[in-house]
Amino acid sequence: MNIVEIQLALPEIFIAVMACVILIADLFISDRRRGLTHLLALITLAFVTIITLRMLWPVGASELAFYDTFVRDRFGDVLKLFSYLILFAAFIYAKHFLRMANLYRGEFYALSLFALLGVMIMISAGSMLTVYLGLELLALSSYALVALNRDSATGSEAGMKYFILGSLASGILLFGMSLIYGATGTLALNEISASLASGADDQLLLSFGLAFIVVGIAFKFGAVPFHMWLPDVYQGAPAAITLLIASLPKLGYLALIIRMLEDGMSGLHADWQAMLVVLAALSLILGNVVAIAQSNIKRMLGYSTISHVGFILLGVLAGTAEGYAAAMFYTIVYAMMSAGTFAVMILLSHDGIEAENLEDFRGLAKRSPWFALMMLMLMFSLAGIPVFVGFFAKWQVIAAAIGAGFTGLSVLAVITAVIGAFYYLRVVKLMYFDEPENTDAIEAPADFKAMLSINGLGMILLGLFSGGLISLCVSSFAG
Amino acid sequence: MLTLAHFLTLGAILFSIGVAGIFLNRKNIIILLMSIELMLLAVNMNFIAFSRFLDNMDGQVFVFFILTVAAAEAAIGLAILVVLFRNRQTIDVEEIDRLKG
Repeated sequence: MNIVEIQLALPEIFIAVMACVILIADLFISDRRRGLTHLLALITLAFVTIITLRMLWPVGASELAFYDTFVRDRFGDVLKLFSYLILFAAFIYAKHFLRMANLYRGEFYALSLFALLGVMIMISAGSMLTVYLGLELLALSSYALVALNRDSATGSEAGMKYFILGSLASGILLFGMSLIYGATGTLALNEISASLASGADDQLLLSFGLAFIVVGIAFKFGAVPFHMWLPDVYQGAPAAITLLIASLPKLGYLALIIRMLEDGMSGLHADWQAMLVVLAALSLILGNVVAIAQSNIKRMLGYSTISHVGFILLGVLAGTAEGYAAAMFYTIVYAMMSAGTFAVMILLSHDGIEAENLEDFRGLAKRSPWFALMMLMLMFSLAGIPVFVGFFAKWQVIAAAIGAGFTGLSVLAVITAVIGAFYYLRVVKLMYFDEPENTDAIEAPADFKAMLSINGLGMILLGLFSGGLISLCVSSFAG
Repeated sequence: MLTLAHFLTLGAILFSIGVAGIFLNRKNIIILLMSIELMLLAVNMNFIAFSRFLDNMDGQVFVFFILTVAAAEAAIGLAILVVLFRNRQTIDVEEIDRLKG
């Protein structure tokens, strides 16, 4: 271990230190001046962005550190930068809601930064040990965040369900890891890859290990048939926490699936591809169809997440560089869209009562034409209507899947996306063509409004100029 | 003579009991927490057996990390359980059904 290796992990070290600093500093900050904690968290994210940006150029080969347990490569750097961006937006959105709901406490910031640290460790994992530690750091922080509202019966129930099924998923993933370790005799992902290429391993152990790992990942991602926790957790958690767990961890899980299956086990590509085909097809169908029946918008977005997970898996299962780049593009865009959608929900909440029913969106265009327009852009983007960035994300994924020969599955993806457009457009119809039930003016702090406007306009701007983000994703898998 | 297969079978049985405990148990959430713990310990059994028979230390190192994480996980699980009991006055699995749709 030398100074060069420590420099590679500088973003992680910085976030770990700052999370601890914020945790302790918050003890000495009175409730009236909680804004200081908020500011400190935002400054942390700004600094870590600078640290990571300095690593992005010049484009170099991937570097290993700490006995191959840690990887720094372009894929990781790009994904980390978007994690910071999404957490930054989530902090600004969450502040407004937490204040209203009387949950504005320092723990939120410390736990969120630890969750970010977990995501970053997973993104940079070079060994199954680091994958597991990052995953658990993210998971343990999220369990605590979901149960953040200690007096809410639904919040603690959601926390308990998330905990049980999340731990089950970790256990299954670990069991798979132990079998892969037994078959290949190593924990490092690059050595597993080399061992698979030699073809001398016990095939039975490998097949069982791979199956357990894929099931574990599917549980974490919320792919059908391992999705049952997802709508409950989305519904039960406070809106600001749902915003966080619907956006940030998805980037980590994408890294999890690419590190484990592509970096580690690309030698078993044919085996995991077949499993992902089933998961993707079921997720696309069930997510979109069941979402139609929901009247609670948090549950509806939960099922919509499941269908988007189907798209992400569709990109990954192609197994080509284009497929991975498309999945990465899709995940980043999805995280932005879902953060924006939950932010609109927070905007409509008042006095800590969440606007979680579809009825609450009725007549939004009359109450606030600007934010109705933002919601319209987010909904059009989620539905995948051209010009908006969500369309290009779907297009990239489907192009990659067809390129790999999955024409039937691509047709299914298009059909289910059209079914899915129904429930997104229903929200637009409620906003624009129905009369509002209450005509109270919509109030929110200036930073919240600015962030939401950037988020909404970003959907169309990123759509018009999608080439930049796409080429960034493609360059992550070029080497 | 104990072979690797014996240890793996024991690990698989313990793991199955853990998973079955989660799905079959309809009474008490504390039993769910015990089942999760059992699953993780079954994985530890696997890692140690492989480590011993492959003559490779990595597996045993991994076990230390799993034990540590399992302790943190149990702490968070019990904390959420306390919060849940305070709000609902029950830890019966059948009655934890407010969220559905």
